[in-house]
Amino acid sequence: MENNCLDVIVIGGGPGGYCAALYAARANLSTMVIEKFAPGGQMATTEIVENYPGFVDGINGFELGMQMKKGTERFGVKTKFAEVKSVELDKNPKLIHTAKETFEAKTVILALGAFPRELGLPNEKNLRGRGVSYCATCDGMFYKNKTVVIVGGGNTAVADALFLAKICKKVYLVHRRDELRASKTYMESLKNAENIEFIWSSEVVEILEEDMMVSGVKVKSKKDDSIRMVSCDGIFVAIGNIPNTKLIEGQITLDEAGYVLADETTQTNIPGVFAVGDMRQKPLRQIVTAVADGAVASKYAEEFCL
Amino acid sequence: MLVVTSENFEQEVLKAQGPVLVDFFADWCMPCKMFAPILEDAQEQLGSRIKIVKINIDESIQLAQKYRVMSIPTLKLFTGEEEPRATFVGAMSQEELVDWLAENGVE
Repeated sequence: MENNCLDVIVIGGGPGGYCAALYAARANLSTMVIEKFAPGGQMATTEIVENYPGFVDGINGFELGMQMKKGTERFGVKTKFAEVKSVELDKNPKLIHTAKETFEAKTVILALGAFPRELGLPNEKNLRGRGVSYCATCDGMFYKNKTVVIVGGGNTAVADALFLAKICKKVYLVHRRDELRASKTYMESLKNAENIEFIWSSEVVEILEEDMMVSGVKVKSKKDDSIRMVSCDGIFVAIGNIPNTKLIEGQITLDEAGYVLADETTQTNIPGVFAVGDMRQKPLRQIVTAVADGAVASKYAEEFCL
Repeated sequence: MLVVTSENFEQEVLKAQGPVLVDFFADWCMPCKMFAPILEDAQEQLGSRIKIVKINIDESIQLAQKYRVMSIPTLKLFTGEEEPRATFVGAMSQEELVDWLAENGVE
């Protein structure tokens, strides 16, 4: 079985995963990426990435993901498209099970990423695709000249608000605090957008529906508990992300918020297992910090394989 | 992959022999781009057991409205009836897609 044992298996084909694979392959380690959906991860749903250096006009996130995948193929990395169902990380070699196959590797680099947090309201799931959305660049066009509510106050929420303000008649931004957490670079554009209205210090407590479509939201003030009804055709949820760590629960140590406890070396509690990108506890989750993690992880994976 | 419009929807989807999976998409939709190669691979894997076609929601607004597509990608499985047998909102992996089709009678 020794022949089938790879040096490195990377789980997850976002920027962190592909950068880890690139560095590992260039260090002559046999490397495979397992990705369940498509290259690029969350990055691939971004229309224009403008904060990844080297692209004068920015670059389409999907395109950048494809380029990252191709860049690793030059050095012999294969991408397996399959969902990892379970892992046995404390074994030697480590075992990775998909629905149909089991793979063996000396080291595993976890690059599982994160997914959008839901509001947690009862009818939210049923109304997904019927007015509830988690991706403004995907679904914005359906709300041309209509009224939408965005929930959140971070960079995603504000970027969504600016994007939707160009398409929609009216955009409400409901935020639970009385100021935005978003980057200052957005503020000027926000001030200039005439059709964005802020609803501060408030939470969406109910999604109203009519004929199985979103018809509005019930918003509750956190200051005086007053209730306000806002009629809208769509609601865009942008209240942050949840690390995708279900696969490794019980094996890898996580912090209280569910992020992998790993420092800048990306080493986890299990020797030979590394965590990179958005799933790792860190102060800034960006493409550049994910790729940096990937490079660092490959260095320690290389040391472990010696 | 065949892109169906209002003009040939009845012929290519409703009157087709066997089940037809319709992928509602748009050129500006990023997850649709990610999903496209998965649909190609699924078609290859399943062969004649299913026909997979696409509908561009910007070019076929009436079809998108008729089937109340409000988020893309949206998948609808047609089996000769006017109403689809099943609908799935969002993209999924090839494995999930094949399983979903099996659950809905395409094996």
